[in-house]
Amino acid sequence: MSDVLGNIQPGMSDSLAVLEKQRSTAETFGIPLAVLLEITHRCPLQCPYCSNPVELDRSGKELTTDEWKKVLSELAEIGVLQVHFSGGEPTARKDLVELVKHASDAGLYTNLITSAVLLTRERLSELADAGLCHVQISFQGVEEGLADRVAGYKNGHRKKLEVAKWTRELDLPLTVNAVMHRQNLHQLPDIIQMAIDLDADRLEVANVQYYGWALKNRAALMPTVAQLDECTRLVEEAREQLKGRLTIDYVVPDYYALRPKKCMGGWGRQFFNISPAGKVLPCHAAESITGLDFESVRSNHSIAWIWQNSEAFNRYRGTGWMKEPCKSCEFREIDFGGCRCQAFALTGDAANTDPACALSPLHETIFKQAEREAEGETNRFLYRNFAGGTLESENDA
Amino acid sequence: MAGPRNISVSEASRPVLPRHAKLKYDETRQVWVILAPERVLAPDEIAVEVLQLCNGERNVGDVADQLAAKYAAPREAILTDVIAMLQDLADKGFLTEAREKTS
Repeated sequence: MSDVLGNIQPGMSDSLAVLEKQRSTAETFGIPLAVLLEITHRCPLQCPYCSNPVELDRSGKELTTDEWKKVLSELAEIGVLQVHFSGGEPTARKDLVELVKHASDAGLYTNLITSAVLLTRERLSELADAGLCHVQISFQGVEEGLADRVAGYKNGHRKKLEVAKWTRELDLPLTVNAVMHRQNLHQLPDIIQMAIDLDADRLEVANVQYYGWALKNRAALMPTVAQLDECTRLVEEAREQLKGRLTIDYVVPDYYALRPKKCMGGWGRQFFNISPAGKVLPCHAAESITGLDFESVRSNHSIAWIWQNSEAFNRYRGTGWMKEPCKSCEFREIDFGGCRCQAFALTGDAANTDPACALSPLHETIFKQAEREAEGETNRFLYRNFAGGTLESENDA
Repeated sequence: MAGPRNISVSEASRPVLPRHAKLKYDETRQVWVILAPERVLAPDEIAVEVLQLCNGERNVGDVADQLAAKYAAPREAILTDVIAMLQDLADKGFLTEAREKTS
């Protein structure tokens, strides 16, 4: 998912500024405007770049319907404005309609982030009646062969097209979410056309971010520099041509950048998510950092307390935790040293500079390796599942 | 469907916020907001007033008339500003035009 609400766009007139809590930076951390709810890790798809942690929460650990309802009421009460129902596959929860209804009644703006393959027209219509504001459907490509192979799910692509059509028939706004990597970047022009044909309002061109499952699959997914440059060019061209017709949000991978991304707008600054088991997390990959204890909504603490006071949120807030080269860097309050999860995954210490930054001593080594992988021949996926992953058969790759 | 695309806002348009863009007063932060997919916009006071008047029945000319009367300001200047603001919103995909009523 893209950096929620962080993407201020150039040319935005003053009368319609994107709200970002600039005022509340150093001292106080106001409640985020939007919260990601990963209501389950169950999913029929097996995408090799899944943003869920490698250690998935099993269904027995999931919050109950009543627990999620309590969470939703509490979020609305403390000033959260939007909730994203995500997963795993959120429609795998039998109580989704009930939860959306509860969120709408509490005044929350509701967004469904789905693979769509489990939806029937009837259920989608029930969701619309429950007050759902927006539907975001993930696509793995533009044609069955590649798309179904990436998802590890037969006939998924066809089903997604069908659900996208129902979405518009039910007058629900649609975002096409296209996750891009080396094996499907050549389809980008057709993906843009597909979004137009599906009458989508918005297209998210999201390059894979390399944590968790995607990091395990990096050699099969990493694009070349040339592919990425072409992708950026196409997105810019399409944005210009389709102004007012299709909004395109673009998420670039940071491997080839010189400056790291301001991940999540900075740790504990403007975003949190809640895991299936109820953990309140500064980012959906945060549990990959060992040695941090994340508090749960099942604890005696309120969500607002966890956000403001818990050790895990405060650990990497601001700049006090930084080591060199971040500590004395002029950009330290611009990018906050990049992504803590990526720093941990690639260097073993979340307090190190994210190697995406050219100032990291590991930048050169790691990104040269990625470049070599991008030129490589490895196309086999390790599919995401509860068993720790299954390697794709050599004949299919 | 949500309405025609590529809206060109004029005096005769009857714009309205689409289903996915909701104007709401945020009690916690004490500001008006427009909630949209992965965006929260903060409209200024005038934009809020314009959007509250855009109910799909009034056209942009009617909106300018009302504001001109209320603020005793020149109608032409107000009309230009209102059209520019609404066009900006339309270009971002957060404005639609009311459909003709069908029976």
